[in-house]
Formats: sequence, C-alpha cells, structure tokens
Amino acid sequence: MIKVAINTERCKGCSLCIHFCPKGSLSIGESLNTKGYQYPVFNDGGECTGCAACGKLCPDLAIDVYRE
Amino acid sequence: MPVKSRGKKVLCGQPKSRLDTESGLCPGCQHGTIGRILCEVIDELEIQGKTICIAGVGCHAMTLFTMNVDFVQALHGRAPGVGTGVKRAVGKNKVVFTVQGDGDLASIGIGDLIHAANRGEKLTIIFCNNSAYGTTGGQMAPTTLLGQVTPTTPEGRNYEDAGFPMHVAELMAAFPGVAYSARCALTSLANYNKTKKAVKIAFQKQMDGVGLSIVEILSACPPSLKLSPTKAVEWMENNMMAEYPLGEFKNVDTVTPKYILKGA
Repeated sequence: MIKVAINTERCKGCSLCIHFCPKGSLSIGESLNTKGYQYPVFNDGGECTGCAACGKLCPDLAIDVYRE
Repeated sequence: MPVKSRGKKVLCGQPKSRLDTESGLCPGCQHGTIGRILCEVIDELEIQGKTICIAGVGCHAMTLFTMNVDFVQALHGRAPGVGTGVKRAVGKNKVVFTVQGDGDLASIGIGDLIHAANRGEKLTIIFCNNSAYGTTGGQMAPTTLLGQVTPTTPEGRNYEDAGFPMHVAELMAAFPGVAYSARCALTSLANYNKTKKAVKIAFQKQMDGVGLSIVEILSACPPSLKLSPTKAVEWMENNMMAEYPLGEFKNVDTVTPKYILKGA
C-alpha cells in the first residue's frame, strides 16, 4: 500500500502537488498550519500509483511517499 | 533513489545531504525543487564530503542554506571566477559547482561566465532561469520574454529598446572548452527526471575532468509573474518553453582545439 505523508508544518500551501498529481488524489484542505497556510490532504479513497510527482516537485520537500 | 528501510520502500523521501530545515523561499518557488535535485545527485554520486558550492547573489542562494555541503558566497555575478580559484586551489578530486540566477549569470556576471567557459574550467554551473530579477521585485533580466510586463518594462519588453531574450545554453555550446550544455524545465515529472539526469551528467563531466558543464533550468517565479504557483507553471510551459527549446546542446567526452601552431 502506498502512503503519502504530508509534513504539514513545512508546507507553504502552493498547491503544486495538486497540480502535478496525475490521478487528482490531492486537494487543498480546510485547516491551517501554524504559519497560516492551507495545506493539502490526500482524498479519502483517492488512487495512488506511487509516481511520487507530488513529493519530487514539492519545492519545500514537505511530502514523503513510501510503499508499506 | 528508492531505498529500503525498516520494511518500507521509500519512493520519495528526504535526501541525505539536505538539512532538516525550511527554505526561506516564497510559496511555489521552484528553486526549492532545484535544491532537491542537487541534493539527490550529490547523494547518488556520493560526493557530499568533497563538494563545494559557490553561491551567486539572488533567491537561488537561499536554497544552499538547506544543503549540507560547504559553500562560498561570491559577489554578484562572480561565482564562476570564485569557482575557478576554489577549483584550482582544492585540486581535481573535489567537486565545485555554482548556482546562479538569470540576473546574476546572464546580466551582471556574463563576462565571468564567458571567460570561465573560454578557459574550459572544470566547473559545473547550475543556471536557474526564471525570466526576471526575482529577489528585487521582478525587474527585467536579459532572459525576460518579449512582451513580458515587469516593473522596468511596464508596457512589455520591446526588442527595439531592450533587445532579445538571451539563450545562454546555446551560447555556451559554442565554446570549445565547454563539455556539456543543456536546458531543462520543471514542468512535469518527466521533465524533472530529465533535469536530474542532466545535472548528474554535468557533475560527471566535471569529475572526469573534461571541461565546463552548464545546465539551464527553467523555473517559475510566481511573485514576479504575479500569478498563482500553478498558473506560473502553466505560463512557463506555454510561453517560456516556446522561447527556450529544451534539450542537450553539447555533450562531448574530450575537448578538441580547432588548430594549434606546429613546430613551436
């Protein structure tokens, strides 16, 4: 199973991960981190192929992707 | 690079040579991604302990505070000159690279760059092209597109007054001392992989002692374009990639002089 772990405190809310996800499995969440940015969340039941485009193209390295 | 650790396969984790710290860059600034690529390449080539980075002046220099390598801060545009001195002093078994932006490299430091290329210095130059002077508010740089509105070209860049966008990767390919010259972009996962490959080849050329290697990376600067990060990436894909073609312009294994006087 592929797990997308989002480091919410490092996120700056640029939403590039949402733009680059080929399956559209990420979306911007409603809660804010301590810096006041809205961070993304992995959709419930969202599909993930493990391409890690979200993590590799995140400018702040806030996303880790791993297979368990 | 996928590594197995504690029963889980990491598909995308934190590179070993990156410090566990935040970058001071704006949201959506792709210089952070360039920093990630550099860290990954340094990890894969296992050169963390013998790498020296020369930082130019600009936003790109902030990437380096997140990297766990030695670095020297050069004056504005003088990174290839400082890199020359460092490389000649530390010897062949160290890896020296510069990270420079378009205002730093293509405008203020073009003389340093051209002479470093002409001497065929064993350096790697990572050129972050975001089509504006990002740090100071997005003023016109030599790489600004024609028609692009910036604080210094409020009616759009006009070639009659302000000239044409400068193609640095093609310019560098013309020098006999240059071993590798490529242009990449950060607009998709495929282009990310190509960029990483190009950076790795550029480091390899230096380690093989061939000559100067340069990689121009097109990256988006959302605040200077006054667009959202996703719109800035789309803008880059539609406009910057139309002006600046991607690809390798030079890739040689030995530098060959054209003519040497005989009987000397």
